[in-house]
Amino acid sequence: MTALLELEDVEARYGPVHVLHGISLAVEEGSVVAVLGPNGAGKTTTLRAVSGTVRRAGRIRFAGRALDRLGPAAVARLGVAHVPEGRGTFSELTVWENLRLGGYTRRGSIQPELERVFTYFPWLSERRRQQAGTLSGGEQQMLALARAFVHRPRLLLLDEPSLGLAPVLVAELFRIVRELNEDEGLTVLVVEQNAHLALQAADAGYVLEAGRVALAGTSAELRADDSVRRSYLGY
Amino acid sequence: MVAAATSRLESLCSRTAVPATSLLLLAGATGLLVGSLRSSIFAQLTVQGLALGSVYGSLALALVLVYRATHVVNFAQGELAMATTYVAWQLIQWGLSYWEAFAVTLAIAFVLGTVLQVVLIRPVQHRSVIAAVIVTVGLFILIDGVVDWVWGSALKFMPSPFGTKTYDVGGVSISRLYPGMFLVVLASVLLVWALFRFTKLGLAMRAAALRPAESALVGVRVDWMLAIGWGLAAVLGAVAGLMAEPSQFVLQPTLMQPILVYAFAAAVLGGLESPAGAVIGGLAIGVSLTLVVQYVHPITSDLQTPVAFAVLVGVLLLKPSGLFGQREVRRV
Amino acid sequence: MRHRLPELGSLLAVAVLLSVLPFTLSDYNISLVAQVGIFFVAVLGLNILTGYTGQISIGHGAFMAIGGYTTAVMSRDHDTNLVVTMLMAFAICFVVGLLVGLPALRLSGVYLALATFALAVSVPQLPLKWSKFLGGSGGVQSHRTVTHLWLYGAAWIASAILFALAWLILRGRIGRAFRAARDSEIAAVASGIELPIYKTLAFGISAAYAGVAGALFVMGTNGFAQPSEFGVFLSLQLLVGAAVAGLGSLWGILAGAAFVGLLPTVSGSVPVIGSAHGRNVVFGAAVILVMLLLPEGFAGLLTRLRRLARA
Repeated sequence: MTALLELEDVEARYGPVHVLHGISLAVEEGSVVAVLGPNGAGKTTTLRAVSGTVRRAGRIRFAGRALDRLGPAAVARLGVAHVPEGRGTFSELTVWENLRLGGYTRRGSIQPELERVFTYFPWLSERRRQQAGTLSGGEQQMLALARAFVHRPRLLLLDEPSLGLAPVLVAELFRIVRELNEDEGLTVLVVEQNAHLALQAADAGYVLEAGRVALAGTSAELRADDSVRRSYLGY
Repeated sequence: MVAAATSRLESLCSRTAVPATSLLLLAGATGLLVGSLRSSIFAQLTVQGLALGSVYGSLALALVLVYRATHVVNFAQGELAMATTYVAWQLIQWGLSYWEAFAVTLAIAFVLGTVLQVVLIRPVQHRSVIAAVIVTVGLFILIDGVVDWVWGSALKFMPSPFGTKTYDVGGVSISRLYPGMFLVVLASVLLVWALFRFTKLGLAMRAAALRPAESALVGVRVDWMLAIGWGLAAVLGAVAGLMAEPSQFVLQPTLMQPILVYAFAAAVLGGLESPAGAVIGGLAIGVSLTLVVQYVHPITSDLQTPVAFAVLVGVLLLKPSGLFGQREVRRV
Repeated sequence: MRHRLPELGSLLAVAVLLSVLPFTLSDYNISLVAQVGIFFVAVLGLNILTGYTGQISIGHGAFMAIGGYTTAVMSRDHDTNLVVTMLMAFAICFVVGLLVGLPALRLSGVYLALATFALAVSVPQLPLKWSKFLGGSGGVQSHRTVTHLWLYGAAWIASAILFALAWLILRGRIGRAFRAARDSEIAAVASGIELPIYKTLAFGISAAYAGVAGALFVMGTNGFAQPSEFGVFLSLQLLVGAAVAGLGSLWGILAGAAFVGLLPTVSGSVPVIGSAHGRNVVFGAAVILVMLLLPEGFAGLLTRLRRLARA
């Protein structure tokens, strides 16, 4: 198996503030990889470096192509869907329009994708005319995920999907992600505060600290690691 | 959660506000109808006012499209429309028929608007309100200069697009010009509306204007969408210019300057972010200016722009979000 | 204190230069430099508003019109001394500026730009309506006219006095309040600054300056006040001048005034485009280029150059 996504020595900063100091990581095709770490470690910025929503330097390769000079729209067109923290739904538009935008890069009809998405989120079908901003927080998170599925990405970047969600919904969300991964081979890079949950769903993980990779390994290895247990799993 | 709650509140507010506005509009329309049935001069003025108002509305819509897309008020929008009208005049001189020239002009306007956004506006878009305003002001002066340089300031005359016949409706004779203007503008506005409402491109343009960052993440080329938005605005402006010309019977470099003020007033009246509001605002301004000048004695046609100015300031002071504006976020 | 010395030096240099110039220039060129002086006054005033309180105005041509008509009408009806009419223009425009400044309090950014633009278009319409008093489209002819040299002296003496006045106003409490209003309204209110008073005051002062400039402007057009002279274009010129000037340095305002005072006239002689017809091509293109290349105006350029020189 070759890596679908490879980061080599990636740096990023917001204005004068350096956030990433040389991150290297790899995501195998068909795997789910979790990024863990404390607040401010650079987890979100790592995803943003991939999708091109932050200024970055270093080498980023996706499916054999260099991403490090591309802007977000070009990256999205290559088949990367980024569900940002805080959902990023178009709250002024309807549910249907949000989904339609998810399939923006696809030519022709998105009917098959829509039907597939409605099997996971049946309620979306009934509420397609509703304004997205009037959905609850959890529903908007689901909509953001559904929109990413309509995109039919090769790589899904998920940022803090559990933020502000009820535990039942979080479990449901991770179940769906896992299911898509198993059924359709969707590759996922997920940033998650809830390390327990993330390592359950993921095949491998990276632990970031202060903009560097502090630890890397399979989920089992990380779960067994003492420092990870103490800092992130809490036992 | 808070965001969801506020947006819910907003939608509730707008749901209760809309009936009030539509009642107002209904009352206005009824007044016009009753007046028209009782007086043929009133009827003629109403038709004329609606036609002029549609021109103001079209230019106002152009301003709103630009404002929504790039948060820039394009002070050169009127001059751009004036310049494209000169282009049409030139095309007719070269032997095209009126409507051929009309179509070619719209295409040129689209390209012009797009290019201007890419070359001039993109560099200052994120800088400051003043910088963007001044670039459009510079554009205003530049376009004025180019038109003066190429065509001079002598008056030009164009053939009438609708002929000189008049209709007779229940004893009221109405020049073909006004319904013609109204229908052409209405058709263009509806086409633009349909583009935004029903096509994937239109959806992407709306998304890019509303949330550029999120739009890029789904693969929308935001910069291009904003440029196309400027192009469409230039097309609407060109329609406004072309339809304003026959109502003034001559073409001169100052063609659109008063109309720009009426369009500003219309856009503000409708809410600077509301496309429908801009069109309805334009119609309202057109009809009321025409009627006020006729029936309110101290106000003569010399006072039309001051009256529009008063409307503009009045709306800004009393209801800054306009009749159809939904939210007014004031960043301090 | 140390950083004030070069400022004093440049003041002196400008003063010496301006008093020598009339002896070396032709009559026509004297009128051009006088024109720059007139714009200096107006741009200085507008700069107080946009630069120090952050309020935008595309309507200051309207105040120039009011000032200009004040001079012309007073001269026509009472043969008032022209210097006195300038003081009247200052006073009347100060009051009108305060009145316009009041509603402007509730507007900001783009909305204020729209409202003031509409003001600029509207005011020149008023003489058409009250044509008996204001002369209609034909305009008002002052009773007296002045020589180019007289105008030169008047414009630059007025500039000097008003520059000193601006300096006095801006260095103290009022200046601090203006800046606070621009930088953060919330902080300004929190620190007990009466924002509405100061913002309105800024509008009044800048309008008064424009009024004086308008009075001088009318003297420069052979004492003739005409609606077409005070069109939108004049307001646009002033705003451009203030933007080119950048934030409040003497050199910046001189540059801004020269830019809008000279360029439209001089660019008529640019080859190829040439002719009076094409002059706005050059002027408009210059405005756009300056905005794209000098984001902080001429004053910003100076700061950058100084930083370069020091490094």
